[in-house]
Amino acid sequence: MFTEQFKYTRIPAEAEAVRSEVREFLRDNLRDFPASKRADSWMGFDAEFSRKLGQRGWIGLSLPTEYGGADAGAFTRYVIVEELLAAGAPVSAHWFSDRQSGQQILRFGTEYQKEHHLPAICRGESFFCIGMSEPNSGSDLASIKTKATPTDNGWILNGQKVWTTNAHRSHYMIALVRTSDSESRHGGMSQFIVDLSLPGITVLPIKDLTGSEHFNEVFFDDVHLDSHALLGAEGDGWKQVTSELSMERSGPERFLSSMALLNTLIDAIGTEPNALQAKEIGHLAARLITLRQMSLTVTEQLAAGEQPAVAAACVKDLGAVFEQDLPELAQLLCDIPPASSGGCDHAMVLAHLTQQAPSFSLRGGTREVLRGIIAKGLGLR
Amino acid sequence: MRELFESTVRRICEDHVPIERVSAAEEKGWSPALWELFESSGFSQALAVDESGESGASWGDLCGVLMICGQYSLPLPLPEAMFANYLLTRSGLEAMSGSLSFGVDGDLCLEGSTVKGSLRDIPWGGDVDHVIGLVGTSNPMVVLMSRADAAQVNRTTNIAGEPRDELYFDGVTPLAVAPLAASMNKDVLKLGGAMLRSAQIAGAMQGVLALAAEYVNDRVQFGRPIARFQAVQHQLAICAEQTAATVVSAELACAQFDNGSEVSTMVAKISSAEAAAAGAAITHAVHGAIGFTQEYPLQLSTRRLWSWRSEYGSLSYWSQRLGSKVCAAGSDKLWARIVNASSDSTQESSI
Ligand SMILES: Cc1cc2nc3c(=O)[nH]c(=O)nc-3n(C[C@H](O)[C@H](O)[C@H](O)COP(=O)(O)OP(=O)(O)OC[C@H]3O[C@@H](n4cnc5c(N)ncnc54)[C@H](O)[C@@H]3O)c2cc1C
Repeated sequence: MFTEQFKYTRIPAEAEAVRSEVREFLRDNLRDFPASKRADSWMGFDAEFSRKLGQRGWIGLSLPTEYGGADAGAFTRYVIVEELLAAGAPVSAHWFSDRQSGQQILRFGTEYQKEHHLPAICRGESFFCIGMSEPNSGSDLASIKTKATPTDNGWILNGQKVWTTNAHRSHYMIALVRTSDSESRHGGMSQFIVDLSLPGITVLPIKDLTGSEHFNEVFFDDVHLDSHALLGAEGDGWKQVTSELSMERSGPERFLSSMALLNTLIDAIGTEPNALQAKEIGHLAARLITLRQMSLTVTEQLAAGEQPAVAAACVKDLGAVFEQDLPELAQLLCDIPPASSGGCDHAMVLAHLTQQAPSFSLRGGTREVLRGIIAKGLGLR
Repeated sequence: MRELFESTVRRICEDHVPIERVSAAEEKGWSPALWELFESSGFSQALAVDESGESGASWGDLCGVLMICGQYSLPLPLPEAMFANYLLTRSGLEAMSGSLSFGVDGDLCLEGSTVKGSLRDIPWGGDVDHVIGLVGTSNPMVVLMSRADAAQVNRTTNIAGEPRDELYFDGVTPLAVAPLAASMNKDVLKLGGAMLRSAQIAGAMQGVLALAAEYVNDRVQFGRPIARFQAVQHQLAICAEQTAATVVSAELACAQFDNGSEVSTMVAKISSAEAAAAGAAITHAVHGAIGFTQEYPLQLSTRRLWSWRSEYGSLSYWSQRLGSKVCAAGSDKLWARIVNASSDSTQESSI
């Protein structure tokens, strides 16, 4: 049973070595960064900050040196990323390119694509977004309609993506689209690297419930893609997307994006908690340590070239439940009402994360989709 | 080494600890033959250090063995004996052959050279040859007692019918006494017990999950296996997530116990107590009435899950201890301590 795979995973010493450097960098660069901004976590967009990380060599660092990376192991990236997240650093600009797009290009891309994209990703200058969902295809991703039709020298793209985080400020999208008719439900799809500056592409931001603009509608109207746009083999899109989703589901962002709230909650409680406060904070800390350990196990499996889709789904679902419990426990433990502006740090962080919480069990696969994957792993479907 | 340990103990359990034997233990009690079989496999002394200070194995190596003991509901204090010998030899005493257990709570005290008072909740305390306990809080001493020297034995059992006995000693000279190893403190027995139970819970959870997954594929209602119903699938998915969480935290606790980390043991006991509650509830739910019978083996594990989650500190007990420390240290220290809880450095390992 897959549960046996959850062995204790140590972060190797060479990966641990970078931790103090990152902490020092964060101390210097985020000195006056307020708690309310830290609560944005991996949704905080700051191109300048991303470039600084790129200069330090901390983006795409598991990519080979010939493409601008550092050939570093998966755990070095893990240490850097978890330190950034725990501090609530604004990492959104380069987030998707570092986490998955660079890896996808390395794995499935042509030499041209690697040379063209990877060095810019590593410099923190090339930002990617993920084009999977469509208006009529959310959980049922395999039902997508956006279509690329072959031409003499490339493809013509037509259709629409939606909920695309950062499309309005990214350079490229890795899009899953239909390229041929297929008998099988998962056939006939391919991935493309779409240059978002091409004619025929319209990006319209959608305001989220707080009025912020993070995600978008993206329309493709006879967009001409050259032959370098196809990522991987025609027809392999589903397989490629599945491997991408494992990277997307097991990382520390699935339980560290609310660290700001845990911190302000502990501050609000103070150093002498009552019995209920102590109990709940201790329970939260235990869950956090356990989630981190689970995520490290999956990282090791990914680094070994395995496809731990089921284990990754466990991390993401438990992580989402943890993060959704946090604002509720904050209500239970402290009588401080949330405030969107003008309140104390805790009030503002609580207001922000109370409103973000529903998204934790939607994006990257809904709770129901994840539990379906786990059930499959158990042999129930 | 780990694989060899696990395959050995799994083979013995498969051959000699069938469901009938576990059930029989509840009525008939101690089986000397079964103890001898396990003792001859050497596990009870696997963690003893020899004269050179070398130990054959670490807790990290034996985590899987503890899980298997839990999965098979082994009706013997084998984990307890492993821990007692670990503690004895690290305190400069000899490892004991014969059956051995330990007790945490009680009012045992050393008066001159004799021991007086009682030791409670000793697993199989009324049956084993020897028990160990701690006396004194500021300079705790390990005492090794012969069970036969107890003036009184009060038999109690936990939910699963496992003996958790009280022994009363009325001024008896211990078989051995020594100061606790310098690296350990008075909580070591409770923490050790918490680590053992966390790993046993992880094993039992894997067992009930597998049993339930098999059952729902067999049981047909409305013309199809109930595994096809999404409500059933999702309940078992939650059970699997909880199992995964408790497996990884038990692994962490065992690996870190060797480094003297207390936090990881607290985490494991909290995590396993949470998992035990969910795991028992869900696996019973999907089994329907058959799971509610004595004959069907689910109860052997779920009744243990309900017991083990509260032994050596409940979710509430350890959460409160951990949370008090987290709050007292303040939010500035939180992240560094979360990281240190699972790294090899013992620095700041007690959050
Ligand atoms: C903040 C945010 C950012 C996002 N960013 C991106 C992005 O960058 N790129 C991208 O491609 N997408 C993105 N998404 C979209 C996200 O992937 C989808 O929201 C998600 O896949 C669910 O699709 P849906 O919203 O259409 O919901 P639906 O699929 O319509 O689901 C609605 C409800 O029905 C349930 N449901 C659906 N099917 C089943 C079933 N078979 N069994 C049981 N229950 C079912 C779901 O679990 C859910 O509870 C983002 C979403 C959010 C909220």
